[in-house]
Amino acid sequence: MKALSVTELTAQIKKNLETGFSYICVQGEISNIKLQSSGHYYFTLKDAGAQISSVLFKGQTRTLSRPPKEGDQVVVQGELSVYAPRGNYQLIVKSVDYIGVGNLLLKLHELKSRLEARGLFDPKNKKPLPRFPKTIGVVTSPTGAVIQDIIQVLERRFKGFHLILNPVKVQGEGAALEIAKAIQQFNAHGLCDVLIVGRGGGSLEDLWAFNEEIVVNAIANSKIPVISAVGHETDISLSDFAADVRAPTPSAAAEICMAEKAQQLTFLSKAGAGLTQTLRVKLQNAKRQLASAKKHPYLGSPYHLLSKRLQDIDEMKEVMDTGIDNFLMQKKLLLEAKHKQASALKPTTQIKTYKEKFTQLDKGIYTALLLQLQKKGALVEKKSLQNRLDSQILLGLKAKNENYGRLISHLKAVNPKNLLTKGYCILFSEKNDSVILNAKDIALEQRLRILLQDGQLQVKVEVKL
Amino acid sequence: MTQENTLTFEEAYSRLEEILEKMNSGKQSLEDSLSLYEEADSLISFCNKRLFQAEQKIETLIKNREGDLALSSSGSAQREDFSPNSYSTLKARD
Repeated sequence: MKALSVTELTAQIKKNLETGFSYICVQGEISNIKLQSSGHYYFTLKDAGAQISSVLFKGQTRTLSRPPKEGDQVVVQGELSVYAPRGNYQLIVKSVDYIGVGNLLLKLHELKSRLEARGLFDPKNKKPLPRFPKTIGVVTSPTGAVIQDIIQVLERRFKGFHLILNPVKVQGEGAALEIAKAIQQFNAHGLCDVLIVGRGGGSLEDLWAFNEEIVVNAIANSKIPVISAVGHETDISLSDFAADVRAPTPSAAAEICMAEKAQQLTFLSKAGAGLTQTLRVKLQNAKRQLASAKKHPYLGSPYHLLSKRLQDIDEMKEVMDTGIDNFLMQKKLLLEAKHKQASALKPTTQIKTYKEKFTQLDKGIYTALLLQLQKKGALVEKKSLQNRLDSQILLGLKAKNENYGRLISHLKAVNPKNLLTKGYCILFSEKNDSVILNAKDIALEQRLRILLQDGQLQVKVEVKL
Repeated sequence: MTQENTLTFEEAYSRLEEILEKMNSGKQSLEDSLSLYEEADSLISFCNKRLFQAEQKIETLIKNREGDLALSSSGSAQREDFSPNSYSTLKARD
């Protein structure tokens, strides 16, 4: 028999398969579905006994009522295609008909309601995690990403931890039993004080062990608090419901274990920084206060410190001075008054006063007497004078009388009229009755008046001689 | 500080909290602040030391083919040091 090359064999298989199954209709459940950025869907079509890789190209998705998703129970139409380079065959899906929720999901929901009814997910059965776990137990695959992630986080952030791994199969036949047993083993030997149970991401059937009743029961019955870390953040397993805490990822599970420690580490570093800052501020304030205190006038010159006191003293002194002055003045005045009184009452003064009074009186008496005497004297003198006057007056009068007689006879002798009797006349100017004494005062034809002894004549000058 | 020898982590921790509260109240004199700071500083390093004090151990339980734990003569579970990388190579050899 001639040996075929792999390529030849594959070519034959391809021919047979692709022609034999060019148009097929298959019922199954969509699993492990991935949407590539190209817009094509890759998934596994499966039932309880088998599975087949399938692809739904972007062009065909437009005819769908909704995008396919994990667990969809479907009837697809399409054809088989062999991919020679990888030696696998796949179903090229041309159309998809949905026929309700997938069996696994149905099973999951049914199990969930059943276990829920038994109180396995009751929040009041949840145990608190230890604040400072001494030993962390981990139930997972020794070769998976979970244990690596956990160890990495612990080593990076929480040195000085103690971890015990109970290596288990996390998928496939017998996985659930191993997982459940591992949890019981930790409890039976008290090997740790917190337990992380989990595995990495995968399809619903990959994660299925963590939905098995035996695992959920083991978790719920664990005396050691359990943190579940099953699949990715979006994957939910029944283990998650039964666990005391569900961690979205294995790294998060490690963080959750050490939450308190992390908090304390943060607290310690913050406390250190905070204290340093507080102290620094305090020191700065103190320095500033000291600096401003130094600048204060009180410290600059003693006068500022004492000025008020000095002023007070000055003021008090002034008040005291005035007080004393006033007091002295009053006393002085009083003293003076007393002195005056005293000197007034002094016997010598009194004697002097009396002497003065006496002298005055003496003088008074003397003057009075003198006055009396003068009055009397004057009176006497007046009388003698009068007598003398009387005799003198009489003598005077006699002489006057004699003079008078002489004067009268003399007067009689000189009276011009007496001359007229002796042949004399008086010539008057007719104009002004003036007596004409000289011939040169008379003009020709001038009228003149002549007084004679017994009458008057009026004449006219005829010739001047 | 001498008291460190007798101090538990919790005591040191709560004393640290107390000091923080005091310092933050701002009522402490500068001198008190300085001595409190000194005390806090040593408490912090004490707590830090305690937090990292435990010896780091990564172990795996030894199990037989049936998945039962291998027990020592005293009945305690047997363990061996574990490293994710070395383990995978061991398994691969199996």
